[in-house]
Amino acid sequence: MSSEPALRDGSRDDSRIHDIGYRHYDGERLGRASIRRALFSQSLRGAYGLGRSGRSKVLPMILFAVMCLPAAIIDAVTVYVHLTKLPVEYTRYAIYLQAVIGLYLAAQAPQSVSRDLRFKTVPLYFSRPMERVDYVLAKFGAMAAALFVLTATPLVVLYVGALLAKLSFGTQTAGFGKGLLAAALLSLVLAGIGLVLAAATPRRGFGVAAVIAVLTISYAAVSSVEAIAYSRGNTGAIGWLGLFSPITLIDGVQSWWLGAHSAAVGGYGPPGVVAGIVYLLVALGLIGGSFALLMRRYRKVGLG
Amino acid sequence: MTVIVTEGLTKRYPRVTALDRLTMRIEPGVTGLVGANGAGKSTLIKILLGLAPATEGAAAVLGLDVATEGPRIRADVGYMPEHDCLPPDVSATEFVVHMARMSGLAPTAARERTADTLRHVGLYEERYRAIGGYSTGMKQRVKLAQALVHDPRLVLLDEPTNGLDPVGRDEMLGLIRRVHADFGISVLVTSHLLGELERTSDHIVVIDGGSLLRSSSTRDFTQATASLAVEVTDTDRHPDGTRAALTAFAEAGLTTRADGRLLLVDIRDEDTYDTVRDAVAELGVGLVRMEQRRHRIAEVFDNRPTGHDEK
Ligand SMILES: Nc1ncnc2c1ncn2[C@@H]1O[C@H](COP(=O)(O)OP(=O)(O)OP(=O)(O)O)[C@@H](O)[C@H]1O
Ligand SMILES: [Mg+2]
Repeated sequence: MSSEPALRDGSRDDSRIHDIGYRHYDGERLGRASIRRALFSQSLRGAYGLGRSGRSKVLPMILFAVMCLPAAIIDAVTVYVHLTKLPVEYTRYAIYLQAVIGLYLAAQAPQSVSRDLRFKTVPLYFSRPMERVDYVLAKFGAMAAALFVLTATPLVVLYVGALLAKLSFGTQTAGFGKGLLAAALLSLVLAGIGLVLAAATPRRGFGVAAVIAVLTISYAAVSSVEAIAYSRGNTGAIGWLGLFSPITLIDGVQSWWLGAHSAAVGGYGPPGVVAGIVYLLVALGLIGGSFALLMRRYRKVGLG
Repeated sequence: MTVIVTEGLTKRYPRVTALDRLTMRIEPGVTGLVGANGAGKSTLIKILLGLAPATEGAAAVLGLDVATEGPRIRADVGYMPEHDCLPPDVSATEFVVHMARMSGLAPTAARERTADTLRHVGLYEERYRAIGGYSTGMKQRVKLAQALVHDPRLVLLDEPTNGLDPVGRDEMLGLIRRVHADFGISVLVTSHLLGELERTSDHIVVIDGGSLLRSSSTRDFTQATASLAVEVTDTDRHPDGTRAALTAFAEAGLTTRADGRLLLVDIRDEDTYDTVRDAVAELGVGLVRMEQRRHRIAEVFDNRPTGHDEK
C-alpha cells in the first residue's frame, strides 16, 4: 500500500519549516491482507475477552471450561474403569453440549459486530484501505475460529484421554479426525447464523435474544416434530426434519458423510444419498448465504 | 501537486441529485468546503474516498483515480466523520492504536504514532481513560487523532466544529490550521458556516445543491463579501440618522445597503473602517455599533445572481 517515497516527499509542502515536534512516518505500511489478519486476530482474541476488560473474560472463559470439563471427566472414567471405547462419540460431543455453544455464540457474536454498528465505528474501518469484504471475512473468520476453539478443544482432551487409556490408535484417530471436521463445519454454520442475526441490529441485547431464540426454537421444533413422526411410524420423514435446525443439520451431515450415529429420534439420519447430498448443500448454502447477507448488510452501513 | 480534482462529478440518488456536475481543483493547503445542509459535502467526501461510485464524471485524489484506486487513496488520506464514531468503553489510546493498525501500521509503530498524535491534538493524561467520560471537545480531538495517526498526506474533515462551544470551536480551528502549518498535511474541511472557515482556510469552495457556487482564495472571498454592520443614532440635525449615514457613506465611495436600521458596508480594505468612522463623526450622529459581520452561508447564496465571477 505504500507509495513510492520519491512521490511522497516531493509532493509534501516541503518549503515550510515543520514543527519541531511533528515527525512524519516513513515506516512500513502493510497491505489489505495484513490489515485483515490484524482485525481477525483482534476479533478472535476479543471473543475470549483477551485485550478487553477483565469482566469481558468471565463469560467466555467459564463457557470454555464448561465445554472441556465433561471431556476431562470422560477421560478419567475411561482410564480408571478400563473402558474399551470412549463412552461418547467425538461427533456427538458438540450435540450434547449444544446449549453451551449456543450461549457462547449468543454472547460473542453481538460483541463482535454490534459495537461497531452501535457506535458507528464501521465507517472508520471503511475509510481505511480495507474493503467491505475484508471486514466481513475477518469478522466471519474470527467468529468461526472462536467457535472451533470452543468445540475442538474438548475433542483434543477426549483424544488425549483415549490414547492414555491405550484405546486403539487407528480407531481413535479416525474418530477424532471426523470430529474435527464436523466441528469445523458446525463452527462455520453457527458463525454465519450468529453474525447475520447480530449484525441485523445495533442493539446488543436484541442480538443475544435473537441468537438464543433461533437456536432453541428451531431445535425444539425439529425435536418435537421428529417425536410425532416417530410415534406415527413415519420414520422416513425423521431423516428430513433435521434440515430445519442448525444442530440437527450438522448431525445429518455427519451421520451421512462421516458415518456418525445420528442423534435424531430413533437414530434416523438422512434416509438416502439424495438426502445426504441435500444436507451437505444446505449446510454449505447456509455458510455462503450468511456471508452474502453480511456483505449486503455492510453495504448499507458503509458511510451513511 | 494538485490535491483534489473533480471533473463534471455527479451523484444521483433515486430521489435527489446530491452532486451536480461539480468541477473544481484543490491545491495543497487548508481548503474550506462550505455548503448548507444537504449541499452535498459529505457525499463528495464519500466519493473522494472511493467508497461510493459517481454517477457521472471523474475525480482524482493525490493523483489517484477515485473509481479504481480507492484502497491506495485511503492509505494516504485521513477521514474524520461528521457523526459520533467512538466506542465509549475503551480509552483513546486503545482506540487510536487499533485504528492505526487498521491503516496498516505494525503494532509498535501504531503505538508510537498514537502517543505522538494524541499529544499533538492536545490529549495527555486523559488518553488512558475511557472515551465515554470525555467532553465533546476531547472526543472531537480523538476523532481528529484517528484521522492523522497514519501520517496521511491529506485529511478530509467533515464538520469538525459541530457541537462545540465557541472556545472549543476556536481551539479546533487552531488545531486544523496547525495540521497544515506544522505537520505539512493538506486539509479539506467542511462547514455550513462560511465565517468560521474564513480564518482557517487558504482557499474556500462553496457548493449549493451539489454544484459549485464559487471557488476562490480566502483573501478574494472575504474582500468581496465581508461587510461592516453599522448602526447610528438619530440627532436633531439628522432626524433619520440611518438615511443620513447611507448618503454620507455613498459620498465617501462606499457600497452600502440598508437592512432596517442596520447599514451593511462592503469592506474593501483596511481603510474602510476609518472611512466609516470619519463619515459618522462628520455627521455628528452617535455610533451604536460597528462590527464585522460573520457571514452565514445563506447570504452568499442570496448574492448568487449578481455573484462573483466563478473560477
Ligand atoms: N445514501 C443516500 N441515499 C439517498 N440520498 C442521500 C444519501 N446520502 C445523501 N443523500 C442526499 O443527498 C443530498 C446531499 O447530502 P450530503 O449528506 O452530502 O449533504 P451535506 O452537505 O453533507 O449536508 P449536512 O450539512 O447536513 O451534513 C441530501 O439531499 C441527502 O438527503
Ligand atoms: Mg454532511
